[in-house]
Amino acid sequence: MADPAPDTPTSGLSSRVVVDGPELARSLARMAHQILEANRGADDLVLLGIPTRGVFLARRLAALIAEIEGRPVRIGELDITMYRDDLRANPTRSVGRTAIPGRIDDAVVVLVDDVLFSGRTITAAIDALRDLGRPRAVRLAVLVDRGHRELPIAADHVGRTIQTAADERVQVRLSELDGDDAVTIGRTGGTR
Amino acid sequence: MRHLLSAADLDLASAQSILDVAEEMQQVQSRPVKKLPALRGRTVVNIFFEDSTRTRTSFEIAGKWLSADTINVSAKGSSVSKGESLRDTMLTLDAMGVDAFVIRHPSSGAAQQVAGWVKAQVINAGDGQHEHPTQALLDAYSMRHHFRSIGSDGFAGKKIAIVGDLLHSRVVRSNVLLQRTLGGEVVLVAPPTLLPTGVETWGCPVTSDFDAAIADADIVMMLRVQRERMAGGFFPTEREYAEGYGLTEARLAAMKPGAAICHPGPMNRGVEISSAAADAANSLVLDQVAGGVAVRMSVLYHLLGSDEGAM
Repeated sequence: MADPAPDTPTSGLSSRVVVDGPELARSLARMAHQILEANRGADDLVLLGIPTRGVFLARRLAALIAEIEGRPVRIGELDITMYRDDLRANPTRSVGRTAIPGRIDDAVVVLVDDVLFSGRTITAAIDALRDLGRPRAVRLAVLVDRGHRELPIAADHVGRTIQTAADERVQVRLSELDGDDAVTIGRTGGTR
Repeated sequence: MRHLLSAADLDLASAQSILDVAEEMQQVQSRPVKKLPALRGRTVVNIFFEDSTRTRTSFEIAGKWLSADTINVSAKGSSVSKGESLRDTMLTLDAMGVDAFVIRHPSSGAAQQVAGWVKAQVINAGDGQHEHPTQALLDAYSMRHHFRSIGSDGFAGKKIAIVGDLLHSRVVRSNVLLQRTLGGEVVLVAPPTLLPTGVETWGCPVTSDFDAAIADADIVMMLRVQRERMAGGFFPTEREYAEGYGLTEARLAAMKPGAAICHPGPMNRGVEISSAAADAANSLVLDQVAGGVAVRMSVLYHLLGSDEGAM
């Protein structure tokens, strides 16, 4: 019943590295600076990671921002399973954790995810946020924008824009989960 | 999984998944907007042929918080009181396009039978003296919370004493079956007159010595004396019952450190449980009620969340 996480690395399938560890680190550092610049500092900032990998990326961005600003930034997790528009069409999904750091009313929420593809996950995240409070603004930070949007969603902060074919599979590997940092593309016939 | 009729329908993975998702569901209770869209457009009919406050209400709230349309039908005031058969009543409602029935019925096996008649999915919310699987799940949920709070995890090796009116209890059977899956060790404690027939085939130790059982129980689960189901003669007086099988103040003091008390409710204070025990710091009674909504949300989600119904 526990479905495999949609972005679990599939071993044994050919894939190539398009972003390596040092490049990934540089992208995140740049994104941290951009988030601070756009927000004019870390006031009212709340980073919400979307499970699974968005949570780890949000933690890394928060650490970078804390380093730059010299004080911690609020961070949380936003699970969107219940808000997915394809909930019914798939086998029962296990539910991730939602942990909101205090009230988000009037805060500037930055949603953090690994890959922006169809835009459906982010739409679900915006729906989920509406039930949790009324942020002053909601921004989107993604490590990879791979195109092929199905909904009118755009990211505010993008680590890397990668040209892909719709049937290619883009994977973000993070050392916390996968042992190393990288972005890979594989042609698996999958949807991601 | 299509229906939840018996606690035995759950394998270890599904039981654990229901408990895990319930943890997330419980957070909804403290949110400003208590609503998740997961079951939008689904219709759940709670049909209760027997009185119930907490089960019916918690199923109704659970369905509403998941955005399902929930409708309550009680036997009183329905066509049942005009003599319609159970089958006709259920087929009539089923024909309206209901997605799921949550059913309570005084006859053992009613939910199973209904599941064979209707197109909708069926959740057993108590059938006679047979089963009440969601109660066993919420008991397990409260127990797991308690075990974690004292720094231990899992049911393996935990001793769960279920005490009292086992004969009329559907909660006990579901708990025995669920703990068989989860790994807890159930000990059954009751006077010989209140033991169900065939209890020796359940695979649990049975005793009438409550004081011996309490000494090494991690959970003491007290069952309600179901006077409404008794024609009389099961025990001499309530006072005598309380002395032999009630969780008195003296027995409360004899519980081992870290042990906790459960009761599915409603409680007969002064009969199977003293007020001191019901309100004790290690009483999980109110946690059980609070967890009831979360666990039922999780069950509804697991059964109705996906068209494939896979679990």
